[in-house]
Amino acid sequence: MSTPNTFRSGPDDRGHYGIHGGRFVAETLMPLILDVEKAYAAAQADPAFHAELKHYLTHYVGRPSPLYLAQRLTDKLGGAKVYLKREDLNHTGAHKINNCMGQILLAMRMGKKRIIAETGAGQHGVATATVCALFGLECVIYMGATDIERQAPNVFRMKLLGATVKPVTSGAGTLKDAMNDALRDWVANVDTTYYLIGTVAGPHPYPMIVRDFQCVIGEEVKVQLQDQEGRANPDSLVACIGGGSNAMGLFHPYLDAPDVRIIGVEAAGHGIKTGKHAASLTGGKPGVLHGNRTYLLQDDNGQIAEAHSISAGLDYPGIGPEHSWLHDIGRVEYVSVTDDEAMEAFQTLTRLEGIIPALESSHAIAHVMKLAPTLPKDHIMVINLSGRGDKDVGTVARSMGVEL
Amino acid sequence: MVLNRLSKRFAELRAADRAGLVVYTMAGDPDHDAALAIMKGLPGAGVDIIELGMPFSDPMADGPAIQLAAQRSLAAGGSLARTLDTLRAFRKDDRETPVVLMGYYNPIHAQGPAVFAAQASAAGADGVIVVDLPPEEAPELTVHLNEHGIHLIFLTAPTTDAARLPTVLEQAGGFLYYVSITGVTGTASADEKAVEAAVKRLRQHTDLPIAVGFGINTPAQAAAIARVSDAAVVGSAVVKLIAEGNGPGPVLDFVRALAEGVHSARK
Repeated sequence: MSTPNTFRSGPDDRGHYGIHGGRFVAETLMPLILDVEKAYAAAQADPAFHAELKHYLTHYVGRPSPLYLAQRLTDKLGGAKVYLKREDLNHTGAHKINNCMGQILLAMRMGKKRIIAETGAGQHGVATATVCALFGLECVIYMGATDIERQAPNVFRMKLLGATVKPVTSGAGTLKDAMNDALRDWVANVDTTYYLIGTVAGPHPYPMIVRDFQCVIGEEVKVQLQDQEGRANPDSLVACIGGGSNAMGLFHPYLDAPDVRIIGVEAAGHGIKTGKHAASLTGGKPGVLHGNRTYLLQDDNGQIAEAHSISAGLDYPGIGPEHSWLHDIGRVEYVSVTDDEAMEAFQTLTRLEGIIPALESSHAIAHVMKLAPTLPKDHIMVINLSGRGDKDVGTVARSMGVEL
Repeated sequence: MVLNRLSKRFAELRAADRAGLVVYTMAGDPDHDAALAIMKGLPGAGVDIIELGMPFSDPMADGPAIQLAAQRSLAAGGSLARTLDTLRAFRKDDRETPVVLMGYYNPIHAQGPAVFAAQASAAGADGVIVVDLPPEEAPELTVHLNEHGIHLIFLTAPTTDAARLPTVLEQAGGFLYYVSITGVTGTASADEKAVEAAVKRLRQHTDLPIAVGFGINTPAQAAAIARVSDAAVVGSAVVKLIAEGNGPGPVLDFVRALAEGVHSARK
């Protein structure tokens, strides 16, 4: 495969990243999706839209989020200098709000009054419910019944914010099933409703829209690293990947910097060989689901497999199509980390830095714990600490055998 | 232009000045043999065209009835390959009734479109409906179906406007499937007046026969739709009877009632 001049020009006009992406939805939704694309192009070209978004990101979300040198973690690992991009410090506790703020402003430009979204860990649901409360819009969140059970605090948070949380019992009752039901709702309520997708997946233009709104993460790192280290480019970037929005937000601004090594960390669950994992790139093959072509966990007959991860936010059998393309062309390395490794990283960061990371982000930290000791002390590494772990203390306690 | 059983059947219907009844059942629901027994009875009960559902784990455009049918089928070992087994078995006794395979793209994608087209043709399929494959992404499948004389049938919806319609019609074959509601299958009732207006509008753009489905649950509704279109499609209402544990007897009684409604609609 030949190397393109830039890795940042995608997608093509029909939403393709290499063979991935595109628009694979029922005809009823096609005109709506074309409307979203048109409205987004208009918003992108409008300085007032960017000014409004900037206003809310600064004064409501709390951006820029800090770039923090984790000195004690660095000392313990004894190699690379490890920085944490503190998306956990955003309002609502994760990177998800960056995208929600952008899309809610878009939805309002389109005159939509009802917002639907899917959620896995509940972070995207909370972020969506938050922006709906902020602007007084009706909010319906689809969430798998299994996830509702393991993320009870976030469910209550969404309800407090005024959202209706609809439990989804089909399939295994996780993120994939929630996305199916959100799409069914959208088909039935096309005139009033905006579907606020939470990750860099789904039919075009969603993967592009979510990526663009998350790129604020990497753009800030460039400025902050220049300030703290005298250079905009680190030697490596590491982020966890479920659908892949926090990773894309950190990676994309650096794709054309050839000296920056970029590593995405998938959830290996109980281990890739056990089949109980959520590593679509490592253990899946290209297919079509939820509006895009991308790597999917599936059986030989093309039936979608259930993903497994201790982290509800990574428990999805697909991945954003742009990641699939970056995997195919080899620009980004994709590795995987097990539940147990993530649990250990969770505890390590909590004890060493006084930062309780989300179980999702703990996957990125776990990989850094393997990698950093092998690298020289002048190697600068940036991890996306995509969310805080307060929501996960119940899961962690259970896995440690502690009763709360 | 592909000429096969499907084109022939619509020509016959047109000559007889009557609408057609299209009935959907899920292959392998509740199991392979029971589903085959019901399918074999459909032509005798007055069905003009059979839609055979290919089970998929994530049927995003379907309501609860067909979701559950797919789950039952998959739990009983259903798959795309088994669906084609069902069709082959049906074709041993019936060389006349057009059969359209309906489902989602991933199982076809997993096999590869070329292999799928060859196997579907050998099994005796006349048309294919792939719910989540809009015209923009369809050429990779159309090219292979055309080689084997199989129609790719496209859906149009109430949301499909005049600007978009030519894109849909470009690769459309067999018939045009008008989705009568904005919603998933089996969850709302089609409005006859709205359908009549929509069909009239579609006729200005295409000579293809127009079948209407997604919101037709009773013989009376089927008859009403048959008055204003070329064919009425009933799926969820039949699938629900199968879900309740009914065998060919009660299921085919209901289908006969649908057929009487549709076939007498224009008299």
